[in-house]
Amino acid sequence: MSDTTSLSAHLGARLEKKPLLLMTHLVVGYPSLDANWAMLEAMDAAGVDVVELQMPFSEPIADGPSFVKANHEAIQAGTSWQDYFDLAARASAAFGFELLFMGYYNSVYAMGAERFCARLAEAGMKGFIVPDLPPEEAAELNAAARTHGLDPVLIMTPTNTQERLAELGRHASGFVYCAARKGVTGRQTDLSEGVAAFLERCREATSVPLGLGFGIRTAEDVRGLRGMADLAIIGTAGLDAWVAGGPEGYRQFLESLVAETL
Amino acid sequence: MTIPTERPSWAPGSDGYYGEFGGSFTPEVLHETLAELRGAFDEAWRDPEFWNSYVSMMASYAGRPTPVTYCENLTRRFGGARIYVKREDLNHTGAHKANNVMGQGLLVQRMGKKRVIAETGAGQHGVATATMAARLGLECTIYMGEEDIARQHPNVFWMKQLGAEVVAVTEGTRTLKDAVNACLRDWAESMDDTHYVLGTACGPHPFPQMVTYFQSIIGQEARVQMQALTGGLPNRVYACVGGGSNASGIFAGFLDDPEVELIGVEAGGKGIETGQHASRLAGGQGRPGIAQGYKTVFLQNDEGVMQDTYSVAAGLDYIGIGPLLADLHQRGRARFESVTDAEVVAALRLTIQNEGIIPALESSHAFAAAFREASSLSSDQTILINQSGRGDKDIFTVADALDDDDWKSFIRRKSAEYGE
Repeated sequence: MSDTTSLSAHLGARLEKKPLLLMTHLVVGYPSLDANWAMLEAMDAAGVDVVELQMPFSEPIADGPSFVKANHEAIQAGTSWQDYFDLAARASAAFGFELLFMGYYNSVYAMGAERFCARLAEAGMKGFIVPDLPPEEAAELNAAARTHGLDPVLIMTPTNTQERLAELGRHASGFVYCAARKGVTGRQTDLSEGVAAFLERCREATSVPLGLGFGIRTAEDVRGLRGMADLAIIGTAGLDAWVAGGPEGYRQFLESLVAETL
Repeated sequence: MTIPTERPSWAPGSDGYYGEFGGSFTPEVLHETLAELRGAFDEAWRDPEFWNSYVSMMASYAGRPTPVTYCENLTRRFGGARIYVKREDLNHTGAHKANNVMGQGLLVQRMGKKRVIAETGAGQHGVATATMAARLGLECTIYMGEEDIARQHPNVFWMKQLGAEVVAVTEGTRTLKDAVNACLRDWAESMDDTHYVLGTACGPHPFPQMVTYFQSIIGQEARVQMQALTGGLPNRVYACVGGGSNASGIFAGFLDDPEVELIGVEAGGKGIETGQHASRLAGGQGRPGIAQGYKTVFLQNDEGVMQDTYSVAAGLDYIGIGPLLADLHQRGRARFESVTDAEVVAALRLTIQNEGIIPALESSHAFAAAFREASSLSSDQTILINQSGRGDKDIFTVADALDDDDWKSFIRRKSAEYGE
């Protein structure tokens, strides 16, 4: 039995040293496993705190067009669970950030809850984000997660009623991923539009740290989250920076984001 | 027509499960929207006036009840069971799809939403939805895979004429499953004023239940009509199965009659052994999984990645299957068969030439399975085939399937005219 609040504890320790943490994302196998490694090196060098490793899936219903393309191409390239866990285990041994699984429930279901959690823990990962698994369907997976010291990260959205936020809050552990707006990943979000009020509502519902994602694209966006959220989450913008600027542009982009969290 | 306000045997449990299949697995952003839809549908189906207004609209606008036709020539040819066909092809817009979209349209009006979105594979659900939106004064956007747009362009033409915006989905395999995902994504942003008119008895609860509710009108009518025509119930009922809405609809009328055998017919494509098919239950290649908002049997690999599917009939070319049907299969209440493209084309020719009836390629799957089995039954037995749609409106696809030389030279001439 491991420490069941490990992710919260890790994030808490980091939050004592700086006001805001940064979580970044990559789709395993896109544009290639070698490129993934270069991305992870850049993340570590810049000082990223948490990294989501997405297992590619054929029906990524919560993702926007950039990630849909990345998922599809990673699958076409033959990316497998073995590739996924090899990368995760190497990364957790080599780098200082915490690693989370991100992916869809069918991948988890096909492997089985117990084996999935055991392999995550073996690879040194701290938890998982499964956006199409509502908490009322997650009892078996969450029980396996507790045995392996993993945190299931839940998502709260501005469309949730306060009653639903409270329900999600009762299941929350690690941190909560607050989606800054309706819709899927990848579009710009105007942080002046009700985000502070939404985060207040989330804060009422849970005591775990709050991460804010969906449409966080620039260093300015990250700066705007200081004092509002505990964790800034960058997804699509990172992928776009890699595609547009290559490894060097990507490194500069990450450094500019991390600078706003110090 | 019975009002299905009592809990019928095709309804799921309160959590949206049919046995172990169904449920609701969607991103959290859709949680309240689905709760709102479940509330609105629950209220509507407890209101007898809602069902009456639905039946009345289907009678005055869509041409219901559709007839059951006795096929004397085919019966003589096979020399076995007497063959009857339920004529959903005679619905307005040419398929059973009208039942579902008009019903959901009435629900959209009740909910006060202004816009509808839908996904379509063969195009028939898109045409039906665009027709409903035109009739009821709703804005309409249709998502269709780029690949399907290429093979079903006449339907795209009609959707646009009906005032719908048609969005080509260029992601993934550019077919129906990608259009479903694109639709879910649109809905996640637009749910305040938009309803997603899901086209088949799949997806998150309450869609499988709601679509079956509207499509149960087929089975209810057919049961009464068969009794009037033959003095009893059919021995076997055949329906093609993509997502499974026409099958769920006709089976709903006979679920409480254990003596009626229910047969769902899946796309065997180029043969199950080739891997180019869409047979999830027949042939045993599908496995339980969770995607596109619900749990059912999917064609997928060991790691849960969905496989590419294939059928000559775009409407059957789908990775999942309605959870009601997956449960009927598991419980042994329905039998599932597959037929190949070649058998389908042969069945289509036979039906056209012997009865002057032109089934859609999708429906021709049900005919092919029935023809395979008819002669093993006796002449005092009856079988009922659900003709879910008409084939003449899919003339390009049907002509390709029949490989007709005259048609090809006509298209070449027509194309040359446009080129001038």
